Amino acid sequence: MEAKSEITRENYKSYVFEKMPKSSHWKNMIWAFLIGGTICAIGQGFIELYSLWFNLQDASVLASGTLVFVAAVLTGFGVYDQIGRFAGAGSTIPITGFSNAVVSPALEFRAEGYVYGVGAKMFLVAGPVIVNGVTISVIVALITLIFGG
Amino acid sequence: MDYYKKRTLDFAKSFVLEGYTVAGPKENDGRYKGFFDFALEDDMFGQNTFERAERKMFEHAIEGAIAKANLDDVDVDAVIAGDLLNQIVSASFAAKKNHAGFLGIYNACATFVESLIIGSAMLNNGLENVVCAAGSHFSTAERQYRYPLELGVLRSPVTQWTATGVGATVLSNKQTGKLPRITRATLGRVIDYGVMDVNNMGAAMAPSACDTIVTFFRDTNTKPQDYDVIYTGDLGKLGSDILMDLTRQEGFDVSAQLHDCGASLYWDEQQTYQGGSGAACSALVFNSVLLGRIRRGEYKKILLAGTGALMSPTTSFQGDSIPAITHLVEVSA
Repeated sequence: MEAKSEITRENYKSYVFEKMPKSSHWKNMIWAFLIGGTICAIGQGFIELYSLWFNLQDASVLASGTLVFVAAVLTGFGVYDQIGRFAGAGSTIPITGFSNAVVSPALEFRAEGYVYGVGAKMFLVAGPVIVNGVTISVIVALITLIFGG
Repeated sequence: MDYYKKRTLDFAKSFVLEGYTVAGPKENDGRYKGFFDFALEDDMFGQNTFERAERKMFEHAIEGAIAKANLDDVDVDAVIAGDLLNQIVSASFAAKKNHAGFLGIYNACATFVESLIIGSAMLNNGLENVVCAAGSHFSTAERQYRYPLELGVLRSPVTQWTATGVGATVLSNKQTGKLPRITRATLGRVIDYGVMDVNNMGAAMAPSACDTIVTFFRDTNTKPQDYDVIYTGDLGKLGSDILMDLTRQEGFDVSAQLHDCGASLYWDEQQTYQGGSGAACSALVFNSVLLGRIRRGEYKKILLAGTGALMSPTTSFQGDSIPAITHLVEVSA
């Protein structure tokens, strides 16, 4: 494994990039597709189930709530991070990922109490998503308002 | 690598009395199963927070090392210890139990070797017995540097796994029987090659490891073949490969001698990717593995190079690259 050219402070980053093991994008994408798809299919299953008693809009809200609850429980039992370890975006992007992102810091910082721990750190991971989500929606709403829709 | 002046110290009287280790459950399932003095069954160690567990591991390791060396708490002049947590709370809080003077130190994962160097220097200036200790805990480090434990994220293949464990060494200025000795040490300097990826700490630390190891060879007119083994702290597999390329470029081929404490700690099935990291790696492997091999005569002379990445989450978020340091000691039979 002779280095091709001299490694210097300047070319070090590109040398490291060549040498480092790469994540397998195909493997990651297939796992994300399978797990993400399964979560969505389960969600659809709940919608179908709740549609037996409620209208479609209420059934969708209830299904989302159920998924959030199940993901929170799985996070508490230490299962969700095991899924996330190979599912990647497949378990992060669905609403269950959001649940995991809120519950995991809440659990972690419980040791610092309910105010400075759970209260202050609960949105450590999900906070940026909420802030940016709200900001972007305001911008989009303004654009719609100005240019008419 | 530029070379300005000698940074290597000689120690006439720094004898290794004993080493004692407390290892986490995952570490004791690894390659060195059964080597450790005390293995935790679960990483809470009977405490209600991980931070308290880490603290208790320090207390246990320091106490254990003193007892194993047949000394009493009052025989110890100084405890020199550090860990990875902010304000080095684990080592400092644990030192409440000791009567000795306490020096809290931090050089990230190079802390253990740093403590050996400071301890040896003090023994050569009048102190009789010192305890040098360092350690880390996966769960406390993970929350400070990365994500909450239960967050489901995909880990990059260049990541390492922070080892849970504490190792403590009792050094003495008196030679009682045949004892391993710390004979020389090279002080590391802070080197930054501009690596930004906090997952890839092996790459960030390799240039500093090369700088210190090559400086030692140049200072002392020695070469890799003079040593049975050269152990780095926690470069991991990728970092070790990079170090071999870098030292070869400086005219020293260390490939036959080089091992890494972190990379050797776990089996591949344990999914730590590049191997272990953290201050525990060199402290566990030196006290529980290398010391025994030196005593049994398997090794005559070894080098232990503790590698540390000196960033904090704040500096990383602010877009600064990762500076690193490597301290080295020569241990002779």
